[in-house]
Amino acid sequence: MLEFGILFPAVLNGLTTGAVYALVALGLTLIYGVLHIINFAHGAALMLALYAVYMLKDKFGIDPYLAIVAVVPGMFAFGYALQRLVINRASHGKDENILLVTLGVAIVLENLALLFFKSDTRTIETPYTLATVAIGPAMIALPKLIAFGGALAVSALMLLLMKRTDLGRAIRAVAKEQQGARLMGIDVDHVYAMSFGIGLACLGAAACFLLPAYYVNPQVGSGFVLVAFTIVVLGGMGSFAGALVGGLLVGVVESVGGLYFGESLGQVGIFAIFIAVLLLRPQGLFGAKA
Amino acid sequence: MKDLGCIALFALIVACVPLVTSSGVALNFTMMALYACLLAQAWNILGGFGGQFSFGHALFFGTGAYVQAIAQLQGLNPWLALPLALAASALVALFVGALTFRYGLKGSYFALVTLAFAEVFRIVSLSVSFTGAGVGLMVPLRASASNMQFASRAGYVWLVLAMVVVALLVTAWLRHSRFGAYLQAVRDNEDAARAVGVDPFRVKLAAIALSAALMGAGGAFYVQVFQYIDPGIAYGPGTSVEALVAAIVGGMGTLWGPVVGAVALHLLADLTRNLFGQLPGINMVIYGVVLVLIMMFAPRGIAGFGLPARWRRLRGKRNG
Repeated sequence: MLEFGILFPAVLNGLTTGAVYALVALGLTLIYGVLHIINFAHGAALMLALYAVYMLKDKFGIDPYLAIVAVVPGMFAFGYALQRLVINRASHGKDENILLVTLGVAIVLENLALLFFKSDTRTIETPYTLATVAIGPAMIALPKLIAFGGALAVSALMLLLMKRTDLGRAIRAVAKEQQGARLMGIDVDHVYAMSFGIGLACLGAAACFLLPAYYVNPQVGSGFVLVAFTIVVLGGMGSFAGALVGGLLVGVVESVGGLYFGESLGQVGIFAIFIAVLLLRPQGLFGAKA
Repeated sequence: MKDLGCIALFALIVACVPLVTSSGVALNFTMMALYACLLAQAWNILGGFGGQFSFGHALFFGTGAYVQAIAQLQGLNPWLALPLALAASALVALFVGALTFRYGLKGSYFALVTLAFAEVFRIVSLSVSFTGAGVGLMVPLRASASNMQFASRAGYVWLVLAMVVVALLVTAWLRHSRFGAYLQAVRDNEDAARAVGVDPFRVKLAAIALSAALMGAGGAFYVQVFQYIDPGIAYGPGTSVEALVAAIVGGMGTLWGPVVGAVALHLLADLTRNLFGQLPGINMVIYGVVLVLIMMFAPRGIAGFGLPARWRRLRGKRNG
């Protein structure tokens, strides 16, 4: 057993990473809940957003946190168009087709990034990159703390949007009963595209919070995508609260697991959870019994 | 019978390629296209005939490749290592299949689990020593037919052609045998298949083992040609994607679709290489674009586009 002085910072670190994971998973679970598809392009879209933040900083000197106002709407528009113009048209109403189409989109995005940016890993320098804050015996990097707060704030906004607005109601209606929603005069194709757009907008926010303490390369998304899937199945497909709790949980497992088994095997712990949950409790910890 | 005739004709024509030309470019293209056919046909058995879309077929490819490499490094003759490689791949498949099919995972869930298994194997092979970790494994070069290494590409063309022919024969058997009918019944409607007495679990298990063994043959072939394997090549997503895209582009659940798809994609890849030079990622961009376009405009693939049927109709009109 490790001492509290080592374990505590690891848990805190895990929570801060977990909050960003939760944000990524929130977008994924929204798309799944409404469209009943698994968006394989989710990781690639996150990578795209990370590059957008990186370019804004590198070319125009825009602070990553300020970049939110550009990247979030940009990702939303990209998601809306992608669903409306590509995924919807190529799916012919079949789930397996959507699976393959999103895989195709992921391959294209990742390799376009490889083509334009090469496989170099890039980071950005900000005045606060190395700043730390002391919490009890732990020193936490300031950007990670901001990411934690930001991710929680965005998640809260998402929940409000779903609960309180007409759009949120329409999305929930389509998620529950697509036919009925159509009969009530809801434009289902529009709601699909809005959900996809909002899902990717979450990634835009995640990217802005992530980059100051993280890096970007063309493969960065694939690491996140399986983690995000793990969180989504852990929390229950389509459950927002589940995505939040699942995200924090996976962050802590990764961080503490890395402490005991080394970083790469800590990741295996995540996949082990993933496979075990899918096999034993596919409805997730919070999902209703299917 | 017609299928067997077509396969024999295909084998005969392709086997003559190294006899007519000694051009390195042509032989290399033939070899790599056949290798892609093998992977696509392997994926097709489970994905096309079984309806189980694996996104992690590299799992079986990598296992075959590593077993082939490790067995040789232990001093085993490659011809003896090959059955071991096939068996190991099938064994991994039985394990994964038993887990996932027992719990009834299908569709996106099955795709995700296979992807996760491939990723677990990649990370583990990066961290253990008998796979050479990140450095990879090098197989010593001793070119001789008894060592399954050939001085010219011609030998490799015949070797991979033999593997492709086996894959085609397996597929032809699926089209005409009782087992193949069971498998397609499970794909089309699992509940109905169960109702008439088919055991979907055992049928899918057999299909994943068959598919994996052929994928393992692909891995073993890779090691024989390039004498090198590392975790990224073995278990990375590239191979999974290549197998799946070729099978889907050509036409899932058909005998010749994967062959057509693999050759078409390789032609396309070569063409872009000539147009744009060797750029990293460009091949994959094209594969992705083709995949999306095929899903949009010809979701049943090139072979499912209806050319033979259209031609038959045309001929029928002429005869009648």
